[in-house]
Amino acid sequence: MTVNPLLSLQGVHTHIGPYHILQGVDLTVPEGGVTVLLGRNGAGKTTTLRTIMGLWQASKGEIHFHDHMITGLATPEISRRGIAFVPEDMGIFTDLTVEENMILAAVNGPMDAKRLAWIKDLFPPIGTFWASPAGTLSGGQKQMLSVARAIIEPRRLILIDEPTKGLAPAIVKAMIDALAELKATDTTILLVEQNFAMASSIGDTVAVMDDGRIIHSGSMQELAGDSALQEKLMGLSLEAHQ
Amino acid sequence: MSEQAIKPRIEKIPLSEQVFRKLPIFLVPLLALAGLIAIGNPASWLTLTVAGLAMGMMVFIMASGLTVVFGLMDVINFGHGAFVTVGAFVGFTVLAWVAGWTASPSVLLNLAAVLVAILAAMLVTGLLGYAFERVIVMPVYGDHLKQILVTMGGLIVAQQMIHVVWGPDEMHLSRPEALQGSVVLGEAAIEKYRLVAVGIGLALFLAMRHVLKKTKIGLLVRAGVENGEMVEALGYRIRRLFLLVFMTGSALAGLGGVMWGLYQETITAHMGSDIMVLVFIVVIIGGLGSVEGCFIGALLVGLLANYTAFLAPKVALISTIALMVAILMWRPQGLYPVVKAK
Repeated sequence: MTVNPLLSLQGVHTHIGPYHILQGVDLTVPEGGVTVLLGRNGAGKTTTLRTIMGLWQASKGEIHFHDHMITGLATPEISRRGIAFVPEDMGIFTDLTVEENMILAAVNGPMDAKRLAWIKDLFPPIGTFWASPAGTLSGGQKQMLSVARAIIEPRRLILIDEPTKGLAPAIVKAMIDALAELKATDTTILLVEQNFAMASSIGDTVAVMDDGRIIHSGSMQELAGDSALQEKLMGLSLEAHQ
Repeated sequence: MSEQAIKPRIEKIPLSEQVFRKLPIFLVPLLALAGLIAIGNPASWLTLTVAGLAMGMMVFIMASGLTVVFGLMDVINFGHGAFVTVGAFVGFTVLAWVAGWTASPSVLLNLAAVLVAILAAMLVTGLLGYAFERVIVMPVYGDHLKQILVTMGGLIVAQQMIHVVWGPDEMHLSRPEALQGSVVLGEAAIEKYRLVAVGIGLALFLAMRHVLKKTKIGLLVRAGVENGEMVEALGYRIRRLFLLVFMTGSALAGLGGVMWGLYQETITAHMGSDIMVLVFIVVIIGGLGSVEGCFIGALLVGLLANYTAFLAPKVALISTIALMVAILMWRPQGLYPVVKAK
């Protein structure tokens, strides 16, 4: 696997009001493959993604994307450099139809017909409910639409925040299949995920957060095969979830 | 991903909820029907209904910009009335310049004079909106209390500037020849200008609907009303959209100012702040941020004000407030509540 970092965070701190959430995050995301960001609730995973996107500004530290510093840039500038974001709440425009959501996601012009066909194949409900208001979709379908929006145009990096949260097992499996297919297209993914079984099935590298810092980083294979390390880092083991 | 794995389905909206959502559409015809029953005389009813619709359309023109600005930018602009007033005074000045056209017996020249006045008013108020957003509104995004205070301050400054430029006296704004007088339909006399106001208001509403539903900029506005952060995450510079919407809203207020001035035939420096009470009531009735709700709310206010002024003049004084209370008791967030992301 290539080790060229596509994204790197060095000593990133983020404050939200009086709260000091990220306390010196050092994270490297290699180009290609899936990097999984693990950690308990409140560890700072979502804040890390939002700080990368510029939705919350880093108060200290540097973020580099493709050898360019993006710290302090406005969110639209960061997005236009090739980073897509799938937020935890999916960020679907419920008043708009599925088609209108997709039209807006194609920032650089009309949607590419081939790519759209691929997405409809990847997520059949997108085609089925093309003309329906997005607010009437089920939770799983909204999550698919959220990911579909992120990939309607080629992106260098996709940040995905807990895509399987609250979804039925069948939908989770479908989402894993879709992300695996996406990974096969050489798209780099930084995935925040609490479902360790899911994370370990598609992750190549892993970083574990706690109290606003990265406390472990390495290969997913190594972590998945080491129950003691899982227990130590997260108080769980993969076996316990199978 | 296979079809079998997901089994696409869509959550069915219960029939009762579907009917509940569509109910506001029927309010205007229901009120018109109630007016017919209460008034009894069809000729009087027709005259009052056209007058009510015309008033409603003009209030809609002034309120539509305010509601979109609130929905998209979360800005409470108490200075909106300044654009109404400035629009009316610019229109007055332009109509005075082309007095030869307004006095001409040619309908085309008359309409051209009004069109030039409207375009000039919209241009000036649009540019004023640019300055207002940059200087007054931009520093207070996200802080409603400061927005109320500074936009109120902006309104006062604008009124004083009107005193400086046009003087403190009220001005008489006469309509062009072709828009004076009435047309007679059966036994009903309907003012020509009111018909023009209904036509312009309806055309504006349809144009706004088209832009919001069928163009990418409209989709961005609707998406931004719901979740501005996500619009930015997709790569759009929402601050530019804010500015564009604010300028458009200001220009529409300017258009409303010219039309209201021609309707009242008198303009004053405080006409904008006077009409703002009605404009805010319409925006609240419609659901903050909803253009459709604003349209229906404006028509309800216009019709009710005219019917009650005919049937019970004393009740007319409280009719719009009573309507707002009734609507909010039925739908606390207005006729068409706008969905906002958390």
